[in-house]
Amino acid sequence: MKIIVCVKQVPDTWAEKRLDPATSRLDRASGDAVLNELDEYAVEEALRIAEATAGSVTVVTMGPERAAEALRKTLQMGADAAVHLLDERLAGSDAVGTSYALATLLAAREFDLVLLGSESTDARTSLLPAMLAERLGLPQMTFAAQVEVDPVARTVRIHRQTEAGYDVVEGSMPAVVSVVEKINEPRYPSFKGIMAAKKKPLETVSLADAGIDPEQVGGDHAWSAVVDFAQRPPRGAGVVVSDDGQAAHQLADFLAAEKLL
Amino acid sequence: MAAGEPVAVHRVLERDLPSAEAVELLSLVTEIARDQMAPRVTDDERHARFPRDVFDVLGRSGLFGLPYPEQYGGAGQPYQVYLQVLEELSRTWLAVGLGLSVHTLACFPLASFGTTEQRQEWLPHMLDGTRLGAYALSEAHSGSDAAALSTRAVADPAGEGYTVTGAKSWITHGGYADFYTVMARTSDEGPRGISAFLVEAGTEGLSAAAPERKMGMSASPTAQLLLDGVRVPARRRIGAEGQGFPIALAGLDTGRLGIAACAVGLAQAGLDAAVGWARSRRQFGRRIIDNEGLGFQLADMAASVASARATYLDAARRRDRGLRFSTEAAVAKLIATDAAMSVTSSAVGVFGGYGYVEDYPVERYLREAKVLQIVEGTNQVQRLVIARGLAGSADPQPAPANGFGSAAG
Repeated sequence: MKIIVCVKQVPDTWAEKRLDPATSRLDRASGDAVLNELDEYAVEEALRIAEATAGSVTVVTMGPERAAEALRKTLQMGADAAVHLLDERLAGSDAVGTSYALATLLAAREFDLVLLGSESTDARTSLLPAMLAERLGLPQMTFAAQVEVDPVARTVRIHRQTEAGYDVVEGSMPAVVSVVEKINEPRYPSFKGIMAAKKKPLETVSLADAGIDPEQVGGDHAWSAVVDFAQRPPRGAGVVVSDDGQAAHQLADFLAAEKLL
Repeated sequence: MAAGEPVAVHRVLERDLPSAEAVELLSLVTEIARDQMAPRVTDDERHARFPRDVFDVLGRSGLFGLPYPEQYGGAGQPYQVYLQVLEELSRTWLAVGLGLSVHTLACFPLASFGTTEQRQEWLPHMLDGTRLGAYALSEAHSGSDAAALSTRAVADPAGEGYTVTGAKSWITHGGYADFYTVMARTSDEGPRGISAFLVEAGTEGLSAAAPERKMGMSASPTAQLLLDGVRVPARRRIGAEGQGFPIALAGLDTGRLGIAACAVGLAQAGLDAAVGWARSRRQFGRRIIDNEGLGFQLADMAASVASARATYLDAARRRDRGLRFSTEAAVAKLIATDAAMSVTSSAVGVFGGYGYVEDYPVERYLREAKVLQIVEGTNQVQRLVIARGLAGSADPQPAPANGFGSAAG
């Protein structure tokens, strides 16, 4: 089985994020950057499927130069190859542009399965898996908490996580599958993996290389734009409720007012 | 800032490392420490729970054989890299950093003095991350005077093996380890009558007493190891009969570097916590770090950490280059563990009353620091090593009656 995993480098999940006032874009340069946590689950799942089916895992990212660090980490975890879509004109792409660019890149390649994390910890839109499936004309199977593949029948069956429990969804391969963190426990790279990763192919691809139309990507061609933003207001003081017999009512009223009940 | 709020200044340290792979290795270790160790260290220490599963994670990541040759499954890393890994682990959890140091020490005799056949047969299993080691030198009545040990290994008349009987003290991982490197007496010739053995856990007659109840590092089991007629095949003797003491001393030279690195990690943790607190704690309308008196105290702490780190790295780099490092290792152990003691004590002071309660980790750091001045040669033994070097009698071979080494285990 040939599996492609799409990953993203995001600002350190633990760090405070800020928007750059000049561009209204996330300031990616000032902090540490890491492989999007949910993508680690997608990589892990891909590695497990590949190990079970004697398959291969290629990891793809679109992002600035330093995004190669995220690719290197997936190679250290055990992925076989990596592709870095790198072009200045991609900066500021929204989900529509990103899905177009990745779909164009993927369409030219051979694969049985595309895996992604169900969202990135910076944008949190969860749009990309669905858009990518639509653009590739493939079954979209999102929010998978369990993935089973049948390489002979060429089907994939997932447990799609819902608020109530899960749905069992089955589709034909190739397919696009996004995963949630319940699915597995991602492995850490090992020192041997770190050494082995140095010898693995990491291919850098430009818009022209991939046949991507520059008029459909980047901030200038985005379908959505940030008009304005403001700092989150500082946390106010809370209300202290002391129990004079009415505390339960007050708590219930508070929760109802906050639409938590 | 109110009590109970997190105080975290866990900066990623920019380290002086010799290669790109070492940078990646340290970054992996930092990630494991942050995700797998930091969330549970307080609770596991409080309840004296040995985190064997954390060692499994370290093992799977290839950290069980960092300084040993790749042909036996090690990582072939220089000591300056291996020790910085220990430092980074100890910065989050001393019991884990020190445990890895003890494991690495337990592999040292076989890796350095074993025959090719012995190394080929056993070393890969000791380095592959599935099996944890322990080092059994000290005894109840032979601590600093390690050469006075009395555990007996009696050879069979046929020469097929030994029967080992005695009790070893202060054994880190005692009862939890998968293998033990044991020093036992094969003749009455003092330091020349000691031999080294590799003993498997589960061998009949081998058992551990209940773990000691310690002042700190409660998550790391320390126990007496009891050997009651334990049969050890002759091929499990490391080195020649009578070579055990020089082997033990060579191991301790290296082990001392490990303790020094662990001490720097602990001191760094104390400094991190103190700086975090001093930046956020406000008194008299300003941050307490802006008071010169306190700022200078933090500066002294930072200077202690930096100089201790430089000292162990100097010794490590000498070792990596094949230069003599015995005196430098003793200096590093002395300087770094004293630094850990003073920095963690100062950290408690910086926190004031909050430093003395268990809501913050600094009181634990202070309790943990003390043991580092004692293990693998008390700091007075380190002074002895340094002084003998100055006196021109640094040859470790004719180990004097009042020898080196102590509770490595």
